[in-house]
Amino acid sequence: MIISVKKMSKDKEEVVLITKDGIRHDGRKKDDLRDISFHVGVLDRADGSALITWGRNKILAAVYGPRELHPKHMALPDRALIRCEYRMATFSVPDRKSPAPKRREREISKILAEALEPSVFNYLYPRSVIDVYINVLQADGGTRCAAIAVASLALADAGIPLKDLVVGCAAGNLYDQAVLDLDDVEDKEGQGDMPLAYLPHIDEIVLLQSDGVFSPDLYKTALDMLIPACKKIYKLQRDALKSKYSQITEEVADAPEKEAKSKEKAKKEPAKPAKDGKKEAKKKADDKKEKPSEKEAKKRKFSKKSDKKTDDEKKSSTKKEKDDKK
Amino acid sequence: MTIQIKDRSMVTPGEVIAEGEYHLGSNVYRQDKKIISQVIGLVTVKDNQISVVSLKGKYLPRVGDLVVGKITDVSLNSWVVDISSPYPGILRPSSSLDRRFDPVKDQTRKIFDVGDVIVAKVFSFDRTRDPTLTLRSDNRSGSGGPYLGKLSGGRIIDVSPSKIPRLIGRRGSMISTIKQYTNSRMIVGQNGRVWFKGNTFEEEYLVLQAIEKIDREAHTRGLTDRVKEFLEDAVKNLKKNSEKTKAEKPKEKKDATKK
Repeated sequence: MIISVKKMSKDKEEVVLITKDGIRHDGRKKDDLRDISFHVGVLDRADGSALITWGRNKILAAVYGPRELHPKHMALPDRALIRCEYRMATFSVPDRKSPAPKRREREISKILAEALEPSVFNYLYPRSVIDVYINVLQADGGTRCAAIAVASLALADAGIPLKDLVVGCAAGNLYDQAVLDLDDVEDKEGQGDMPLAYLPHIDEIVLLQSDGVFSPDLYKTALDMLIPACKKIYKLQRDALKSKYSQITEEVADAPEKEAKSKEKAKKEPAKPAKDGKKEAKKKADDKKEKPSEKEAKKRKFSKKSDKKTDDEKKSSTKKEKDDKK
Repeated sequence: MTIQIKDRSMVTPGEVIAEGEYHLGSNVYRQDKKIISQVIGLVTVKDNQISVVSLKGKYLPRVGDLVVGKITDVSLNSWVVDISSPYPGILRPSSSLDRRFDPVKDQTRKIFDVGDVIVAKVFSFDRTRDPTLTLRSDNRSGSGGPYLGKLSGGRIIDVSPSKIPRLIGRRGSMISTIKQYTNSRMIVGQNGRVWFKGNTFEEEYLVLQAIEKIDREAHTRGLTDRVKEFLEDAVKNLKKNSEKTKAEKPKEKKDATKK
């Protein structure tokens, strides 16, 4: 479907950006976002890292710090410095991009640092620096918004105290129609581009740029589209951040079951949550004194299972509650 | 006065934990009447005080903390110590040696050189100045206190400092479990650096694996039991392997070093 549209447009030698029905050149509606997914903690050497796949954009962010600042004279006496470096890989665009940083990259580095700063409790780490390195591996329009979203997620992964996660999204003007999330073609052929970065919980805008023409009405409709879109992306960010740890929790919960199946001998102790140190110690002492007979072991196995069931129930109940709140 | 998030559940930065007159613990902030998390971590509610236990983050020195550091620089009358914090630790001979130190006659480099690993105590820190360290444990408690000074041999590993309480366990239960099963010595710095030394390579490697396991699974329940289980199995395997032919041993060692 999409391919046929592209072919048609090539024949005419001009791109149909938006049809009368409001369908865009890649089949999206006016207020559709591209597919977005986040991965947190993808790099081992960095203190925090994240990867975003936003349509055909692929961006990697790494955070180091807070750490000692060199050169020392750049240090701020009352807060941490936030240094941001946005770079595009030579292979990120169809024609090879020269590896030297260009004016555009320097601009984006600056605006990213300034958009991230309001979200960070930077006064907690005076005289230090938080370095944020952003590498665009593949670009297809809207990279600065995607970069803000990953950078913020990488900061959170590094354990840096934040007021909120920062979300970025862009709106655009295609023949006096406001559309959400421009890709590369729409950005180049369209009449306007408006990137926005937003703190959803605090309801604060930390970046708003606009390039091209926006009438007052168009501007408002664009903003009205952007805020809900940002909230959608925010949810994805949060889920990605939590999933890094919940995966481990699930693994840990699954592991004993598998082992129990493979090993028919019930030698192990029930993996009860340790509530009291003393009780635990007593248990250990008992275990040392007399090795549990098979019957006891069976009982334990049984109790273990029942424990798990109750745990599962608890989990499901908390989930339900969360859903209700939402 | 409502708590919106249950105790011990996970929150992300910006997530509202409660609304109302609660006391602020660590890693939370107040906006209007909402109490909001600053980091990704687990909520703890204790006597009307709400705090979040962070799952990651850098070490901020606190006076009296035991830290494991590496000497990174030596000057005429001080050492600079990397304590895996945003601020370097400063150690001076006057606050660390039992005898008099004369910068003209004595050489700092002969006492500690670059690359040496030391255990020290944080003597002072207030964020406006770099933390100073000391090797003197205050003997007010009577019995000497922990060993402070140079560590020779062994290995060090960095874990995130917020997981150190988990690594130590309730009244040191976790750490004594590891020591007991592996017959090794361990020193845990509050800055997230752990020094350990075992009698054999295999036992030392077990300690490493146990620490890594704790670092990875610190946010889950029943960790002490699982670590104990893991160590029990591992020690049994070690005994079995030692009984087997010697030809297999070097292979294992290679595998271990690769990891």
